[in-house]
Amino acid sequence: MSQEQIDSLIRKEYSAGFVTQIESDTLPPGLDEDVIRFISAKKDEPEWMLEWRLKAYRTWREMTEPTWAHVSYPKIDFDQISYYSAPKSLADKPKSLDEVDPQLLETYKKLGIPLHEQEMLAGVAVDAVFDSVSVATTFREKLKDAGVIFCPISEAIREYPELVQKYLGSVVPQKDNYYAALNSAVFSDGSFVYIPKGVRCPMELSTYFRINESKTGQFERTLIIADEGSQVSYLEGCTAPMRDENQLHAAVVELVALDNAYIKYSTVQNWYPGDAQGKGGIYNFVTKRAVAHTNARVSWTQVETGSAVTWKYPSCVLKGDNSVGEFYSVALTNNFQQADTGTKMIHIGKNTRSTIVSKGISAGKSSNAYRGLVRMNPGASGARNYTQCDSLLIGDQCAAHTFPYIESKNPSAVIEHEATTSKVSDDQLFLCQQRGISAEKAVSMIVNGFCKEVFKELPMEFAVEAGKLLEVSLEGSVG
Amino acid sequence: MLSIRDLQVTVDDKQILKGLNLQIKAGEVHAIMGPNGSGKSTTGYALAGKPGYEVIGGEVEFLGKNLLELDAEERAREGLFLAFQYPVEIPGVSNMEFLKASVDAQREHHGLEPLDAVSFMKKARDICKVVGLDQSFLKRGVNEGFSGGEKKRNEIMQMMLLEPKLAILDETDSGLDIDALQIVANGVNALRSPERSFIVVTHYQRLLDYIVPDYVHVLAGGRIIKSGDKSLALELEEKGYGWIENEVA
Repeated sequence: MSQEQIDSLIRKEYSAGFVTQIESDTLPPGLDEDVIRFISAKKDEPEWMLEWRLKAYRTWREMTEPTWAHVSYPKIDFDQISYYSAPKSLADKPKSLDEVDPQLLETYKKLGIPLHEQEMLAGVAVDAVFDSVSVATTFREKLKDAGVIFCPISEAIREYPELVQKYLGSVVPQKDNYYAALNSAVFSDGSFVYIPKGVRCPMELSTYFRINESKTGQFERTLIIADEGSQVSYLEGCTAPMRDENQLHAAVVELVALDNAYIKYSTVQNWYPGDAQGKGGIYNFVTKRAVAHTNARVSWTQVETGSAVTWKYPSCVLKGDNSVGEFYSVALTNNFQQADTGTKMIHIGKNTRSTIVSKGISAGKSSNAYRGLVRMNPGASGARNYTQCDSLLIGDQCAAHTFPYIESKNPSAVIEHEATTSKVSDDQLFLCQQRGISAEKAVSMIVNGFCKEVFKELPMEFAVEAGKLLEVSLEGSVG
Repeated sequence: MLSIRDLQVTVDDKQILKGLNLQIKAGEVHAIMGPNGSGKSTTGYALAGKPGYEVIGGEVEFLGKNLLELDAEERAREGLFLAFQYPVEIPGVSNMEFLKASVDAQREHHGLEPLDAVSFMKKARDICKVVGLDQSFLKRGVNEGFSGGEKKRNEIMQMMLLEPKLAILDETDSGLDIDALQIVANGVNALRSPERSFIVVTHYQRLLDYIVPDYVHVLAGGRIIKSGDKSLALELEEKGYGWIENEVA
């Protein structure tokens, strides 16, 4: 499609759809093949990438939305979503923190986020003199010396096509599920990481350092490849709440851990959960999966406190012999939030091992479900799984559900499952209050204690942040 | 210190306290005895502000303040301490974290900086020794897996750490062997001072051999029906409660 066609498409839709002025780089709502061509052209993608997207789009059109999750929300009208919106120009961004929503800043303050980081999270226009720009540059240099590739996936598609072509969609195929197919068709941007053979990544990678791409939009695509014997720890997500109306966030994350490699992927998710009445908030429908080859190890750690509706199952396909999969999760829901989250551990190789520790906390009128699958394939001799699944209820109007699926096709496999449900009792709160501790502080202490096993898996600074985040998210949960 | 006038309290719409009167001066130790269901524990809970214990009449003044207007945590920060008869467990929250949070909450209330970790630990360890708890208890979850006696000693440890103005001991002696009883009593006696008062709720005279009270009150049917000095406790031990109830009736 030529530039002229693209431009005419935008103009045409403008006159049809909008009276008010909008920015020239935002597509009107709706999805068809032209939109996909537009996105691909905007990103200057090679032909193979466009074809890949179109194939995904055609697959997606044949699919229907999944309804098995234990959540309910009004049906999403996919024609009401705009699938391309370029980052705002510097001129449109707030000039300083004075122009940013004070409520947002209040939350940052409570989380103890440093001022310059606050500016970044709030999307304040930063100039070249700004400290963290040089910080980011320094980091890039250091990574380059180690041979690590860490860049926006759009850049990787152009610069490292052979790696992207080989691995994109290899872990989460286009037709894997409805949202994965949609993401494959329209993904805007995301991260690409490649760690060369035998290299131990010299620092923890975080989206935070990819400043330019901090507003990657609602269809992120992340691909991490750890080559043989390499190691990397990746931190995802800022703790910034997004003040948006019901918005779909359908990301795909693929991890490839080749022989003897180790990938640790940590997430702190705090998208806007909607207000106390259940209005607004993000629909977080995310597909995350890892393939672990021989002797490889993949560890997912997540702290989920945001989003109105969460649908997310970071999984491990333990393909190689002796490979290890781990899943440590804290999912907290308050007010009217709904979460259906868990993991899948697919044991294929011999002597594969997996550990699942899930901590669900429900408060307010929320609903929190753990859904997990442990599958031992016929070839998975000597495989082992240990699952611990705990729920904590705060108040008497919330719900906790557990849906553990266990399929064992190998008689030598060992599967252990432990589950508990408990409630923050009035007597516990009164004991704390009688010692001078406020009810809110008491709940936060109890919840933090409940999550300890997961927090200790988080990288140090994340653990502190996660604890504070729980405190903020629980505000108003005790009357 | 504490002045209770005509206190009436209901629990689940059932009236338990029916006009309790009690005056406690600084430095005094008052023992409250009485048959089961007379309202002894209710008195402690109502003074501490436990939800569900509804005050429907009467007045309580504590250190010049209207106690009934304060939240439970404010009462605690003002120096009112209740040693629980059945301390609950808080799994996952370490005793140390819990104790530090309580000490700091009280200090903050009185405009003081939080206690630094080193001073706090030293103090906590010293008190552990006094009440005969191993230091490993500081690292365990609050009351988690503690035996009955350990829970009671843990309550006394908290009391010694918080140094309250008024401590209410709700049957702290029940279920304790003679050695543990002595430890609890030693803890209380160590804290006795002209500025501090105690309400000791108990069924047995035995505890009062170790914690010698200034006054003994008999609570029955939601009222104090007889008061006296420590000899009253001995008399109760010998004769039971029946004779007083008859005498009053």
